[in-house]
Amino acid sequence: MASNLRTYRILVGARIRSDWQYRVSFFFFLVSQTVVTALDLAVILVLFQVVPSLGGWSLEQVAVLYGITTLAFGLGDLFISQVETAARSIREGTFDRYLLRPLPTVLQISASEFALRRIGRSIPAAVVLVIALSSAGVDWTPDRILLLPLTVISGTVIFGAVWVVTSAISFWAVGAQEVANTFTYGGSFAHQYPLHIYGRWVRTILGWIIPMAFVAYVPTVHLLNAANPLGIPTWMAITPPFVALASALVARAVWAAAIRNYQSTGS
Amino acid sequence: MRLWFEVARRSFRRWSTYRLATVAGVITNTVFGYLRAYILIAVAAASTNDLAGWDQTDLVTFAFITQALLAGTGAFGEPELAERVRSGDVVVDLYRPADMQLWWLAAWWGRATYSLLARGLPPVLLGAVAFDLALPPDAASWVAFAISLVLASTIGFGIRFCSNLTAFWLVDNRGLDQLVTLVLTFFGGLLLPVVLFPSWLEAIAWALPFAAMIQLPAEIFMGVYDGPIIGALALQLAWVVILFGLGRLMLTTATRRVVIQGG
Repeated sequence: MASNLRTYRILVGARIRSDWQYRVSFFFFLVSQTVVTALDLAVILVLFQVVPSLGGWSLEQVAVLYGITTLAFGLGDLFISQVETAARSIREGTFDRYLLRPLPTVLQISASEFALRRIGRSIPAAVVLVIALSSAGVDWTPDRILLLPLTVISGTVIFGAVWVVTSAISFWAVGAQEVANTFTYGGSFAHQYPLHIYGRWVRTILGWIIPMAFVAYVPTVHLLNAANPLGIPTWMAITPPFVALASALVARAVWAAAIRNYQSTGS
Repeated sequence: MRLWFEVARRSFRRWSTYRLATVAGVITNTVFGYLRAYILIAVAAASTNDLAGWDQTDLVTFAFITQALLAGTGAFGEPELAERVRSGDVVVDLYRPADMQLWWLAAWWGRATYSLLARGLPPVLLGAVAFDLALPPDAASWVAFAISLVLASTIGFGIRFCSNLTAFWLVDNRGLDQLVTLVLTFFGGLLLPVVLFPSWLEAIAWALPFAAMIQLPAEIFMGVYDGPIIGALALQLAWVVILFGLGRLMLTTATRRVVIQGG
């Protein structure tokens, strides 16, 4: 385990140094990642010029939702989203090399496709989260203080699990990756807004079946004591770590099944 | 004339072979259409002002029709030309006995037509399953929308032709291309109707070509364009001319001064 992590660190370091050779391109990408995340915020800010609240949530409350969702998504994007390149390596017949090396496949892909520029997504998210939390008038009880980091970590794991599962599907249906993006990118977009503004089928699929409601909405209702038309009970605020654990186990099982089922496209 | 038609027709057929990508595109565009529709419904419910005279039906229609326009105008770009510049294959395009810019325009129209029908139309129909949508009020509006759509797609081409040609100077222009997409997405109205922008932001949006590509045709479709339609079409035509001229300028400068890779 320790040696795996050491190998992972060395591989990631090599990737960062190699990206750094193309500095202009690196900064262009970094800025565009930052801008894409900031644009979602701009949309929220523009909307609140027109309305005083959205689904009964104030600007500060929606901004907290945006901050947690986007931060969790950004960290998942940084560390895990590389697995979606599996589809490409399968098509090109280069996936076999991952199976030959003595490091778990997910770690190998994550390391060999690591791109530091993706951190651009997390920067505005973290900044907004801090500002929004400090102006949302949160009643900082000890359980709420503990809730915040747990929520962000759980959310990262949940998004990571969604990425792994959707990427594993491309082992069976090469090309399904584009549909998978609907759930990752679509999910992170959807959950910047309170879940209850969506119709029932959207809530069911993007909230509960793919358990992204636990990334931000469920804990945030309690954290901010916000309008709660779906009647989420208070105790559910502590469920995200368990949901994250369960998602990770499911992702692990699906990925393992995919690897067992894998047949190379080369011959 | 025959040549351009054939180029467009083959481009149409080429893109129509990516069937799985088409299905994926329909699913993505539909899901995002629904998400935006629900957000805009929540806006309509909470709004204290008159939202530029748009009612809930207009806002929901906007959410879906812009998904169709996104497909039909190639709003997310097509990097093939830039890749050919990078690889040096562009030299083949340059010594064809046909104008290179018009060649790529014909190919763009072929792709855009396919994309509009296969990826753009289904999300609107699937949106109509759950919501009432606003349609052009009369035949003249349909005609105006069709003209506006062709002009919008040509603006889309003009933007990407320039953006792709920057690869002659930057080599790796993907970062820039992505930034163009982001600015286009926001100021075109793909995230929010431009009419909801505060007035200073709306002024910026109308000073850029992107609103003429997405927001304008959407307004014409819904019959909410404020002013004579001919003025809207003239604005679009002006952007077509400007972008086409800019593309032509970049192309001649590039071919005169730049060394093709691998030559």
